[in-house]
Amino acid sequence: MARINVLLLILVIACALGVVTSQYKARKLFVELQQEKDRAQQMDVEWGQLQLEQGTLAMPARVEKLAGNQLQMQMPQSGQIRYVRIDSGMVVRP
Amino acid sequence: MNYATAPIQTTGQIALPAWRSRLLFLLLLGALAALLARAVYLQSINDGFLQQKGDARYGRIVEIHAHRGMISDRHGEPLAVSTPVESVWASPADVEVSTKQILQLANIVGLSPAEVKSKLSDTTREFVYLKRQLPPEQAAKVVKLGIPGISLQREYRRYYPGGEVTAQLLGFTDVDDNGQEGIELALQAQLGGKAGSQHVIKDRRGYIVEDVASLRAPKPGVDVALSIDSKLQSLAFREVKQAVEQHKAKSGSIVVLDAKSGEVLALANWPSYNSNNRDKPSPSILRNHAVTDEFEPGSTMKPFTIATALEAGKIRPNTVINTAGGALTVNGRTIHDTHPQRALTVGQVIQLSSNVGAAKIALSLPPETLWHALNEDGFGSPTGSEFPGEAPGKLRDYKKWRPIDQATIAYGNGIAVNLLQLARAYTVFANNGELKPITLLKQETPPLGSKVYSDATAQEVRDMMETVVKPGGTAPLAQITGYRVAGKTGTAHKLENGKYVDRYVASFVGLAPASNPRLIVAVMINEPSGAEYYGGLVAAPVFSNVMGASLRLLGVPNDAPLDNVIRTLGEMIKEDA
Repeated sequence: MARINVLLLILVIACALGVVTSQYKARKLFVELQQEKDRAQQMDVEWGQLQLEQGTLAMPARVEKLAGNQLQMQMPQSGQIRYVRIDSGMVVRP
Repeated sequence: MNYATAPIQTTGQIALPAWRSRLLFLLLLGALAALLARAVYLQSINDGFLQQKGDARYGRIVEIHAHRGMISDRHGEPLAVSTPVESVWASPADVEVSTKQILQLANIVGLSPAEVKSKLSDTTREFVYLKRQLPPEQAAKVVKLGIPGISLQREYRRYYPGGEVTAQLLGFTDVDDNGQEGIELALQAQLGGKAGSQHVIKDRRGYIVEDVASLRAPKPGVDVALSIDSKLQSLAFREVKQAVEQHKAKSGSIVVLDAKSGEVLALANWPSYNSNNRDKPSPSILRNHAVTDEFEPGSTMKPFTIATALEAGKIRPNTVINTAGGALTVNGRTIHDTHPQRALTVGQVIQLSSNVGAAKIALSLPPETLWHALNEDGFGSPTGSEFPGEAPGKLRDYKKWRPIDQATIAYGNGIAVNLLQLARAYTVFANNGELKPITLLKQETPPLGSKVYSDATAQEVRDMMETVVKPGGTAPLAQITGYRVAGKTGTAHKLENGKYVDRYVASFVGLAPASNPRLIVAVMINEPSGAEYYGGLVAAPVFSNVMGASLRLLGVPNDAPLDNVIRTLGEMIKEDA
């Protein structure tokens, strides 16, 4: 009778330690998960900021201004445009 | 154990009465029982209380932010994006700060040192915002100061890459990221996220160590794709701005529609404002004039009068109307033409924009017929754009029409429209008589419209409107290289306190390519006060520039030779109304 009691006691202690370690592991993993979630959110935020930046840099008004000021480009006048017709294969001059 | 009954060995002097020890014993027993009862009560009957106290030590409820959806154009270009910023707050009771630190802090957050001091002086409050929505770099500087009692809170702020180009269209959000104006307000239900909350366990250092339960899952806002094409939007904005400045006008608006689907491709106003600034200008600049303001359209109404009469079989395109030398008196009021003629064909009534001709044609119709057609063209009822504060326009009940009312409505007086409504009405000429519903959201399949006029009528009116931009019409400046254009000018006197004054609304609505319309552009310039005020001189060039560039951008095939534009040197036909 005493033997089985001792056995059970050891078993209980082992279980208790198991609970403690698994709880500890769970918390550690949870913290890791939390960090990864934070990272995901951080990246999400960065993605939004990059989109915003790209949108701002690519605004047609800005592109047009740069093309005009830095590259000396201009909209062609109607007389300067040549249309290439695919069907007849010849160049039409206005 | 039985002390009470055990004989007490006395020293012989005093014999204590036996009941005293018994009483003491009972008292102690009673106290023990009370303690036990209390313990049982706290731990098993009313266990919530202690549980709650325990939770309060380590359990926390944290908000999970749900961010606001992005607004993009039809090609996915971002038009409005929310991105986190930091707000600086203080708990005045906990703040320990030196004068030098106050100076540094005030410098970073952009307040005067006195303001910062006054905010920190009320030590009874536990939460005071020092500055909301600071860029992350500045917020980092605040943290570096390391003042106890001052902390950051993450918030979200809306940014608009387009700034003034899309200002009135998109509107803006308040400091808590809720829509206040424009599309931000109209689509608040979809865009706005619902923050969630989570029950967690935090350790002493404030790290979350365990997720206990999710109380409410966060619902992030949905991204919305508008029908707007940001290239056309930018183009339309630039042109309308230039025209308003050139003609010293009060304001100007432009609408570009996809003629087949009724999608709004561009909608711009000038004057405008930068929606990224927190300080907003006066409400009159915040308004999206193209949708929220109504005006008397003037001659841009004439095509609808003519179409209704054609449909009713009262006239044919070549019917000759006696325009009575350019004056017609109805109910004691005289209607004038700027270019008096004895007689005009129906086509010429449109081409020369004859008020008398249009009035006579309208008077040949029963009021009910005209009213019904105009009503079906969408006049007098909201466009269904669901834009906040849309003006529904005015189309009075035909039962109250006098003949003069009917005559003036024929050329767009005594009726009020908003620009979007007017542009939509022109879809009947672009779609073989079918009125298309208007939408600001990108459509996958073209929506069904409602048939107002027959194919033949729509085609006939379109042919007439093509003569408007030819030499001899009211708007040769609306011609476009390589494309056939159909359109109509409008120059309406403004109505002030019930009287027409010598200030004008110059407008032009047109469709192109005329052989198979792809786009409708409606331009409205309010009170041009330069040398010119006619629709054909003020609004038509804007139309031509925007329509021409848009058709080329969209790669619409030419339907005219490239030398189609004829510049006339002589005097242009002008019109009033």
